[in-house]
Amino acid sequence: MDRIDVPLHAVAHSRAGDKGNRSNLSLIPYDPALYPILAEQVTEERVLALFAHRGATRCTRYDLPRLAAFNFVVDDVLEGGVNGSLNLDGHGKTQSFRLLSLTVSVPRELLQG
Amino acid sequence: MSDIFLVGNGAGFSGDRVDAPIPVVRSLVARGLPAALFFETLGERTVALAQLERRRDPELGYEPMLERLLEPVLRDCVTHRIPILGNFGAANPAAAARLVARLALRLGLPECRIAVVGGDDVSSSIALDQLPVHEADDSIDTKSARLVAANAYIGAEPLVEALRQGADVVVAGRTSDPALAIAPLVHHFGWSLDDWEKLAVGAACGHLLECGSQVTGGVFWDPGFKDIPDPANIGFPIAEVTRDGGLVITKPADTGGIVDLRTVKEQLLYELHDPARYITPDVVLDISGCSVEQVGHDRVAVRGLRGHARPDTLKVTACFEGTWLGEGEVSVAGPNALARARATADVLQQRLRLRGLPVRARVDLIGIGSVLDSDAGTLWRSYDGPEPPELRIRLAAEGPDRDAVDQAAREVLALLCCGTAGTGGARWRLTPRILTRSYLVLRERVPTSVVVRSAREMLKAAGEMAGAISPAG
Repeated sequence: MDRIDVPLHAVAHSRAGDKGNRSNLSLIPYDPALYPILAEQVTEERVLALFAHRGATRCTRYDLPRLAAFNFVVDDVLEGGVNGSLNLDGHGKTQSFRLLSLTVSVPRELLQG
Repeated sequence: MSDIFLVGNGAGFSGDRVDAPIPVVRSLVARGLPAALFFETLGERTVALAQLERRRDPELGYEPMLERLLEPVLRDCVTHRIPILGNFGAANPAAAARLVARLALRLGLPECRIAVVGGDDVSSSIALDQLPVHEADDSIDTKSARLVAANAYIGAEPLVEALRQGADVVVAGRTSDPALAIAPLVHHFGWSLDDWEKLAVGAACGHLLECGSQVTGGVFWDPGFKDIPDPANIGFPIAEVTRDGGLVITKPADTGGIVDLRTVKEQLLYELHDPARYITPDVVLDISGCSVEQVGHDRVAVRGLRGHARPDTLKVTACFEGTWLGEGEVSVAGPNALARARATADVLQQRLRLRGLPVRARVDLIGIGSVLDSDAGTLWRSYDGPEPPELRIRLAAEGPDRDAVDQAAREVLALLCCGTAGTGGARWRLTPRILTRSYLVLRERVPTSVVVRSAREMLKAAGEMAGAISPAG
């Protein structure tokens, strides 16, 4: 199968929310046909590594096949969260686009446009 | 009673677009179905800021935009029997209710019935140090911190009681956000408070609507990837709920924004952890098996929601006085901006060390590493991309000593003369921080109260009270 490397942003969207020092990041492929491919490639380990520079300690992925969506919960990623963070974005709302910068390898025919 | 009930949302946070409720109410009125409108304006910390306001002025401490939000819609809502519910009472629901009463009188609605819901403020009734700590808040040290506010997230029951007593406007402080949508549904359909499957639909309705435009295109649009019509005029959401638990999300026809599978999925998962256990005071919502379907233009049906018995405990969030936060920023631009910005960052950190200021600090280079970066500046330090045309250097410092934090932030100001060539645009500020910690408390320890009066009666009573305390004023 002809595959191409793209940032997740080309094939999926995401929104970040927070509770304390924990972030949740949804990941939703535009084409549900990509769901199993992302399930294989966007692992808890890879997502945790994306946030290693901020001291994240744990990542849990919840799979929602009927919605064709994932929910990643990342612990200790907000450098204290709104309680103690020195970050401009203490809620971590911008972190969804860190996730969307991750590279995935997808079948060319599933790429839009 | 009709089999379709409409729930509209007029605000998703304190600071939301103040003209948003107008098209929502216009749509609710035009459709002629039984309906309610709710406002969610009370974030985790908002109540602490409101409590501080109230200490300065006993007639303040509620949502500052309340009058601006309600004035254009109150008459239509009262006339068409569309009750308004909101946690806009914040730290002072009684004063917020008096403001609504004065507004109602000014609009010629003296019989407008206003409910004050109390009981959420547990700051003087419950000893926090004897309660179990909620979730991952163990690490937060509050032993020496001064309490500002402690409020329980109360459920739908007192709100339903207010509606039963004929309230046109229900003014609450801290409630769970979904309760603001669950209450009018329970009241209208007569759903039982242990009908978990129905309450799950109400909770999902509240969860999807509570952030206002976030389900209709707000914090969703991404030009070229997720375009939406007219983002300057995003319509706030309306839910259509049926007696048997059908749920469709839509929005006013004459507005911008979009309701599609993508917006609904993003908001369904927003601030959710385990999708099978979204805990509210009224029901534990399980969306793990739910599905969504586009059933029309800007219309999405949500199906397969499940509910489980409500918890025995309520969440109490306590707010304490925290440390001070000092921030300073300057800009550099043009040739060699990156080298000047990096040198500035190093000099700032050297200055804090030289002066021995007892603060924790970080430096951002806005443009190449800030919001996605770490306190150590991992991303901007390793940046090897093209020379940026401009950069903004930001220092953030925090600590318990106000003066030390202020001095740290002022080191940025000093760069106007001592900094690299072409340093400009300095800003600095000092703000007190609020520390929050959540606890669990048995629900029977949080009795709630509901008082419903007409605007006329309420102001009459307030006038007597004002007379009694006027020497102090």
